Amino acid sequence: MSTDKSQIEKLIDGTLPWPELRDDVLPDPKDPERFETTIEILQERVDWDDRILVPLNDHLYVVAGDDGRTVKAECGHELCSADENWKLECDIRAREEQEETAELYPELMTPDPDWTFQIREYFCPECYSLLDVEAVPAGYPILQKFEPDIDTFYEEWLDQPVPDGQ
Amino acid sequence: MSQEPETTQGIASDEYDRVEPPIGWDGQTLQEMLDESEQLLEDTGRYHGRERLEMKEDEPFQYERMFSRLRGALVNARETALHISASAIVREIGELAFQLYTPEGDCIATSTGIIVHVHTGSLAIKYMIEEGYEHGRTIQPGDIFCNNDNDLGNVHTADVHTLIPIFYDDELIAWADGVTHEVDIGGSTRGHDQLASTTRYEDGLYATCEKIGENDEVYQDWRDRAERGTRTPMFWDLDEKCRVAGAHMIREALTDLVDEVGVERYKEFTREAIEEGRQTLESRVQERLFPGTYRDASFMPVPFKEEGWNPVSQKNMLNHLPVEMEVGGDGGLSLDMTGASPPGPHPYNCAEGSMQGGLWVSLTQCLLHDGKVNDGSYFAVDANFPEGSVVNPQDPSLSYHTAWGSIMPTYQAVWKNISRAFFARGFREEVNTGYSESGDTMSGGGFNEVTDEYFPIAPFDLSCQGMGASASRDGLDYAYTMWNPETDMGDIEEWELIEQGLPFLSRHIKPNTAGHGKYRGGSGWETLRVVDRSYDMSLYKHVRPGVTNSTSGMHGGYPQATNYSVRVHNTDLEEQFEDAEYPISDKVPGDLEEDVDGDVVRTERGIYFPTTFENHDLVYYHMGGGPGYGDPLDRPFDLLKEDLEKEIYTPDVVESVYGVVGDLDEEEREFEIDHDATEERREEIREQRREESQSVRSFIDEERDRLVDRDLSDPARRMYSGVFDRGDDWSDEFREFWDLPENFEINME
Ligand SMILES: [Zn+2]
Repeated sequence: MSTDKSQIEKLIDGTLPWPELRDDVLPDPKDPERFETTIEILQERVDWDDRILVPLNDHLYVVAGDDGRTVKAECGHELCSADENWKLECDIRAREEQEETAELYPELMTPDPDWTFQIREYFCPECYSLLDVEAVPAGYPILQKFEPDIDTFYEEWLDQPVPDGQ
Repeated sequence: MSQEPETTQGIASDEYDRVEPPIGWDGQTLQEMLDESEQLLEDTGRYHGRERLEMKEDEPFQYERMFSRLRGALVNARETALHISASAIVREIGELAFQLYTPEGDCIATSTGIIVHVHTGSLAIKYMIEEGYEHGRTIQPGDIFCNNDNDLGNVHTADVHTLIPIFYDDELIAWADGVTHEVDIGGSTRGHDQLASTTRYEDGLYATCEKIGENDEVYQDWRDRAERGTRTPMFWDLDEKCRVAGAHMIREALTDLVDEVGVERYKEFTREAIEEGRQTLESRVQERLFPGTYRDASFMPVPFKEEGWNPVSQKNMLNHLPVEMEVGGDGGLSLDMTGASPPGPHPYNCAEGSMQGGLWVSLTQCLLHDGKVNDGSYFAVDANFPEGSVVNPQDPSLSYHTAWGSIMPTYQAVWKNISRAFFARGFREEVNTGYSESGDTMSGGGFNEVTDEYFPIAPFDLSCQGMGASASRDGLDYAYTMWNPETDMGDIEEWELIEQGLPFLSRHIKPNTAGHGKYRGGSGWETLRVVDRSYDMSLYKHVRPGVTNSTSGMHGGYPQATNYSVRVHNTDLEEQFEDAEYPISDKVPGDLEEDVDGDVVRTERGIYFPTTFENHDLVYYHMGGGPGYGDPLDRPFDLLKEDLEKEIYTPDVVESVYGVVGDLDEEEREFEIDHDATEERREEIREQRREESQSVRSFIDEERDRLVDRDLSDPARRMYSGVFDRGDDWSDEFREFWDLPENFEINME
């Protein structure tokens, strides 16, 4: 079963009806061109020209720019170089007290404040999109959750030259 | 109870002749087979060195047909045998599974059901081989073995395995393994996933790869010991018969198959089927994932300071369950839990085999849903569960009663890691942010006032939790649990038939449990039950996590709500029932008090230890929601309207998290959005984000000062202290991240 581009657009938008999702998109074998189709759609949608190498989440990409590979937000804000932890360049709100977590869920349904447990929200410092939420004890290091091996992916898995290669 | 001799499938017990070792293939001992298999895997990287799958290529129809027939035999054994059981856990929910193993203990195929056991039986068989059972204890046609010793190959104490060797012309050609989840396994308290157990000596009945029968009959002394050692001997007996009968059905089906295809072709088939499983995983990795390094961490709160019985367990603990995964350029997958907490005085210690089972149950759901489900995937993943940690203690003296308390949080991190890879690759529909951990809603038992009979309480409606969101839609509402993909709530009437003294007053959606996000997690649900015409009723609640989250959301989605406990003693329900009234909900915590008078015990913890309940006492429990995906401000309005109308969320929560304002008609359950007020509220939320946040750099400075002052809760300090004591690389990385001196320690005095 192969999916067409408009189905992938709807998949990205979250508007693909369940029967299509179930019958065309979920089953194996998967569409072998999925990565390329996805990148093509995402690239058409952003307002900048840097080439998207890999999407990190709905609002964040590793791109090939003039100054090498960087982590770039959808709004155009550049956070850091691709091998660094982009979270370190975000703004953060850490909810730890009862009155802070009470905005999310009712009393008793959020962490007990006596346990110094945090809900950390990471925002894009430009447009304040919410880029990640962590639930961790106070003092927990900020993990770099994903370090993509871009060269291996393009050269060995897709058997293509890396888009920003020499 | 009179004991009829057990002759299954018409095979009379005196038909078996003794076999002399070696009993392996082609004159090998089992140990020689195992050594050869391990050597070939190490030398070639392939199962039994099978580079090319000759049979699959040369006679594909025959090959696939053999697999289907074996798989069919396992499923058939399960579907038939479960009717022998009387336990609702087994019969209604299907908490059983059958597996077929090679002589050296590698899984060839498995039935549906609690498939987490694919690799646990494998470890038990390998233990018997390495302990020389072939020569000492002997392995004979018609023998029956039993294991539930977690340290040797089991998930938790209440899962009991029955293993039978299958011979063909005096050669051991396979093992059949049946496993059921027992409603009671003895132990210090009632209940099948104990909370109070802190060591093995409180866990209950253990069979350590024990020979429990021969000539197809269970020994009388074993049967007596087991029935006297558990609180529900009738369930025990019928569950055992169910496992034995199913294993015998598999033996019969396999013998027929080998008669038909010949033993040599069968043997070659098993090698190729497992190698195919291994190759499938590798090719799936390249097809679906993105090479690179992935990191996440889960946490397991153990709030025993006020609840614990054993003095050594009376402290608040937090288990650290970090997961780093590597998707290699060659399609290999590795998993490393360096930094995991040490084991402790709680029932959540987890053997390596159980962790492997959890990995396997996860991979079959996200990467291998249509492949040959067997030990091939085990051979394809390089996993490190550090020795001496809570996820591989190597210490039989610990309690392993509720190992799921380590497995379930850990695999939240694994699913997120794999989901990041799916997302990077464009497979948004395969993303799964995790799940609600099932815990054990209510466990224990009591006596029926009329019959004086003991009834256990162990409702497995807990298998219907909220699933995590994907990157293309919301998580399933109240219809998922990670350990058994065929989840089923069971009919209330079925539970009431067994759990006679605890009828249901209600079952409905629990609002505000689903993790927030562009796609929300699946919702949980809640239930109220009343103690009725019973005496000596002792119950405990074992829902996790309560005091902290165990996992996060993904890509801007929030973790689901945490759990809590409430119960009411000395109620006015007797009077209320006379007026045909009774409470039905605690939709928003505190609602319950409005509808019932009595002594309300409400805590932030999802657990309470075994507690005595009297008639008309009120029991409450709820199932959690799944984690969310993406920024809640990206959630479409029509979905939020639906959330409000279905009572997935209450209006106050939708307003503060999603910024959607409007009028909800509670009677008609219709929501009308106020677009202007919504626009304004959402602008306010964005403004709040700007004002209430700070740069991560300045946050790091503040948190570092806090670490230097050790300004942390006891359980957080205890967690860091335990990990530091283990002295592995994680501690160095921690110090490096916070720019702390090499000798920086966090101690618990
Ligand atoms: Zn931005």
